[in-house]
Amino acid sequence: MITVIVNDAPRVVGQASTVGGLLEELSLPPKGIAVAVNGEVVRRVDWARFRLAEGDVVDVLTAAQGG
Amino acid sequence: MALDDRFLLAGVEFSSRLILGTGGASSLAVLEQAIVASGTELVTVALRRVESSGHGLLEMLGRLGVRILPNTAGCYTAHDAVRTARLAREAFDTEWVKLEVIGDERTLLPDAVELVKAAAQLVDEGFVVLPYASDDPVLAKRLADLGCAAVMPAGAPIGSGLGITNPHHIALIREAVACPVILDAGVGTASDAALAMELGCDGVLLASAVTRAADPAAMAAAMRHAVIAGRLAAGAGRITRRSFALASTSDSGLATWT
Repeated sequence: MITVIVNDAPRVVGQASTVGGLLEELSLPPKGIAVAVNGEVVRRVDWARFRLAEGDVVDVLTAAQGG
Repeated sequence: MALDDRFLLAGVEFSSRLILGTGGASSLAVLEQAIVASGTELVTVALRRVESSGHGLLEMLGRLGVRILPNTAGCYTAHDAVRTARLAREAFDTEWVKLEVIGDERTLLPDAVELVKAAAQLVDEGFVVLPYASDDPVLAKRLADLGCAAVMPAGAPIGSGLGITNPHHIALIREAVACPVILDAGVGTASDAALAMELGCDGVLLASAVTRAADPAAMAAAMRHAVIAGRLAAGAGRITRRSFALASTSDSGLATWT
């Protein structure tokens, strides 16, 4: 198991976890979501194969009310 | 004019010249009523971490069939704004971005230097860039020359409701650039939106004036009509201002008694 930081909170995930797998674990809808790992955007097409590593900082973002 | 008055933004036609920001509404239901009453077809959203919002917003906007314009609100550097725009493109499947690069916490006015830097980068990456700018005609020209799809000068600081503090500059901006000019920020009530259109703006973007009004749906309807009224007035050729009265009723045939 490895520990990654998801939206500022530590989270333990499997050794071979991908961004796509993490989003499934978080029960997030596939649409309206964007992900950055260590500050870099991970394109939607790469979610399924993008492997997370120990200590990765993951931001999961979606729409919020804003002007 | 009204019948053939198309509003084109980056090649997309809108029947409403009002763009609504979604920030500040007390609930999704209130926001939905305001969007419907405003007649807008384009609304802004922010990008935030998943805990701090629900998916209900996107679902509701999808149901209403309005187009989404993501913003980069909260960004203080070109670097952050560019990253936020890229994330928004992934999240919402749109190249459109309302580019905000704030330079000062108290006034929320844009950082012109960082704004130009971010705009250049995003235009280069194929984004449709709609920059929130200060009411500076030179900056507006720079942004337009970079290839921004519109320029969006502030009438007054965001959320201030002060209206258009420098109408002359807004008119100068309209003369300075060929792309659409959208008044963004500062609107407090319907007459501010009408004035923006009378000054030659192609559209108005506002949020707080509606979402924080006592009756958001009623104010949204007022804004809808104000934008239409201002647009019609701008094309109708107003009378010249004069110092003294000019009677509208002729003296011809006036009965006189001695």
